[in-house]
Amino acid sequence: MKRVYVYKGFERFWHWTQASLIIFLAFTGFEVHGTFHVLGFEHAARFHRVASWMLISLIIFAIFWHVVTGEWRQYIPTTKKLLAQIRFYSIGMFKGEKHPTKKTEVKKLNPLQRLVYLGFKLVLVPVTVISGIIYMFHKTIDRNDIVMVSDFSLETVAFWHTLGAFLLMVFLVVHVYMTTTGHTPTSNIQAMITGYEDLEDDAEESEQQEVS
Amino acid sequence: MKKTITVIILLSIAVLVLINILNTEEEYYNLKLEELKQEYAIKPVSSINHSLLPELQREFSTPQEVTETCISCHTERHKEVMNSAHWNWERVSYVEGRGVAAAGKKNVLNNFCLGAQSNELSCAKCHIGYGMTNDHYDFNNARNVDCMVCHDNSDLYLKGSASAGYPDRTVNLTLVAQSVGTPEKINCGSCHFYSGGGNNVKHGDLEVALLACDRDVDVHMAANGMDMSCVACHTGENHQLKGRLYSVSSTNTNRATCEQCHTATPHFDDILNRHNAKVSCQACHIPEYAKVNPTKMSWYWSDAGKLRDGEPYEEFSSDSTQEYMSIKGTFTWAKNVKPDYMWFNGTADHYLLGDTIKSVPVQMNTLFGSHNDRDSKIIPVKIHRGDQIYDKKYNTLIQPKLFAESKGDSAYWKDFDWETAVAAGMERVGLPYSGEYGFVKTEMYWPVNHMVAPKEKAVSCAECHTRSDEGRLASLAGFYLPGRDYNKPLDFFGSFLFFGALIAVFIHAAFRVIISLRRKEYDANVIDYENNKPE
Repeated sequence: MKRVYVYKGFERFWHWTQASLIIFLAFTGFEVHGTFHVLGFEHAARFHRVASWMLISLIIFAIFWHVVTGEWRQYIPTTKKLLAQIRFYSIGMFKGEKHPTKKTEVKKLNPLQRLVYLGFKLVLVPVTVISGIIYMFHKTIDRNDIVMVSDFSLETVAFWHTLGAFLLMVFLVVHVYMTTTGHTPTSNIQAMITGYEDLEDDAEESEQQEVS
Repeated sequence: MKKTITVIILLSIAVLVLINILNTEEEYYNLKLEELKQEYAIKPVSSINHSLLPELQREFSTPQEVTETCISCHTERHKEVMNSAHWNWERVSYVEGRGVAAAGKKNVLNNFCLGAQSNELSCAKCHIGYGMTNDHYDFNNARNVDCMVCHDNSDLYLKGSASAGYPDRTVNLTLVAQSVGTPEKINCGSCHFYSGGGNNVKHGDLEVALLACDRDVDVHMAANGMDMSCVACHTGENHQLKGRLYSVSSTNTNRATCEQCHTATPHFDDILNRHNAKVSCQACHIPEYAKVNPTKMSWYWSDAGKLRDGEPYEEFSSDSTQEYMSIKGTFTWAKNVKPDYMWFNGTADHYLLGDTIKSVPVQMNTLFGSHNDRDSKIIPVKIHRGDQIYDKKYNTLIQPKLFAESKGDSAYWKDFDWETAVAAGMERVGLPYSGEYGFVKTEMYWPVNHMVAPKEKAVSCAECHTRSDEGRLASLAGFYLPGRDYNKPLDFFGSFLFFGALIAVFIHAAFRVIISLRRKEYDANVIDYENNKPE
């Protein structure tokens, strides 16, 4: 095992800020949706809006970072070993099998992660964010002022936004759980906090599996 | 490095929380509102003192003489007045689905005292003229214009009851003529507060309490507030007053609006400003009406006519509101009423004399509007329900003759005989009567525009944005309201996925725990075995 600096400073800042914003947005969003009552509709709606702009700015920074550092290549999807990865999570890990892929600083993500995270970035987040922006500006601008986004009914916009929110929450549950599948239950979370992770050496073989 | 990262993470969360907690709008100083307050704090001062005018130093034997004297200086004003709906009791306008039509007190019915036709002697108390006793009134006679009812500033002027619009005999016309000026609240209120036969009967938001109320009742008219008069908003140009009362009006023109002073974007909060595209100011800022005295909510004419020992009587409830009158029927009253809400685009239709009843309850006035109409906004409305007399065969509402000075003149309020009252009334309005009358349910819609509450008491977001059936907009259909509406299948599917994922994750975790425990057990057995301990 070798101690490797896997997650850069910005990456960790981005990850945790995005995580807290998404959780906060879900909390306020589902209150606006009427699922529960904690802050009150007025505060929930206002906080949701403020946090949404923070998330949008964060996403813009993150896109810039991915492009500039070339980290976007991490997410290029591959089908190689994809089935093996799925088999590992559903059967292999119970039999004490070894992780089918190896994590390195230039290949942080396994094939399943690549596919899921790419879907997260290219489908789930855009659907939620874009429907959210349309929601925000929907038909609500006075006709004496600027535009009215009235071609889509608010019902449709709200449908996609809510669907996105539900799927994000499913992602959250599974994602958080999967972090416990590292070589110790907390090793992946620690790596995302400190940036450092013990990774398998090329020469040496480890009993435990890495990576979630 | 680890520490820095943790600090950054914690800081960003702290900033997020702080921004949200500190994000309130109360802190700002509303200059726009201060400017308005300053503007309206300065009350208009008349440039002339009528009590000094030589023309008015005399006795007046008739009110017409006063009018002639007014006209002798204000030589053209009577023409303006005679062009107004206050004088003509009707206005010609285009109505969707009806075409160009004249509508007003001459031909519109209501579900309170029903209609003015054939009852002019009493109803003309609220006509700005003298001597309207029947339908042969001369609307071209300038001498009959009543200048004093609107312009008296002495509080002494009073229209007589059952006097066809003439002043009460006790009024000192000289004193009144010498103290004329800009209309004050009581000038408008003498009719608009008491319409329907008593204080606050019709409107619910216009009543005598507004003469001296506090800010909680009405921020604009409050005695301890801006103390604004009616004409501060209902400004007049050539005696055409701004404002539309949709019990008689039909068009979206010359309305008195909040926006004329406050603009369409009065809030600091952009979200609130954007509501204005679909929600009227009144909808949020008038959380309830009839805040001081009760207003009539229903009136059932079908109960009228019961007599005790051959005499009409009245019954009162414990809070001293009238519950029953032999001449009028049964009423209900209410105080601090939450308005109903409707879509409204500023145009309306009315039940005009002779119209056939299309649906029950009969809509005495129809407020046009819908969510999809870009001119429509949600407005607060008082709905007045009741039943009233109609012709069963011709399916038309009936204008009965209610008022007369004495018995035997076919008036229902004297003789309690619907047959003769209906025959007399319908003959007067020139409509056929089949001889069969009944009572039909009716509804009338009164947009609520006054009794604006202080901003702290405005309707809160969650009163509409709620799934509760008690929500103010719970029954306003046709659009998606966040917080109230949601897609049920989607919610079901979403919750299923979310909880399904949770359960799946727990099962997966449980398997991992069980398997790792077993493995340890196996290891322990191996160790035991190797140590050669007997089993």
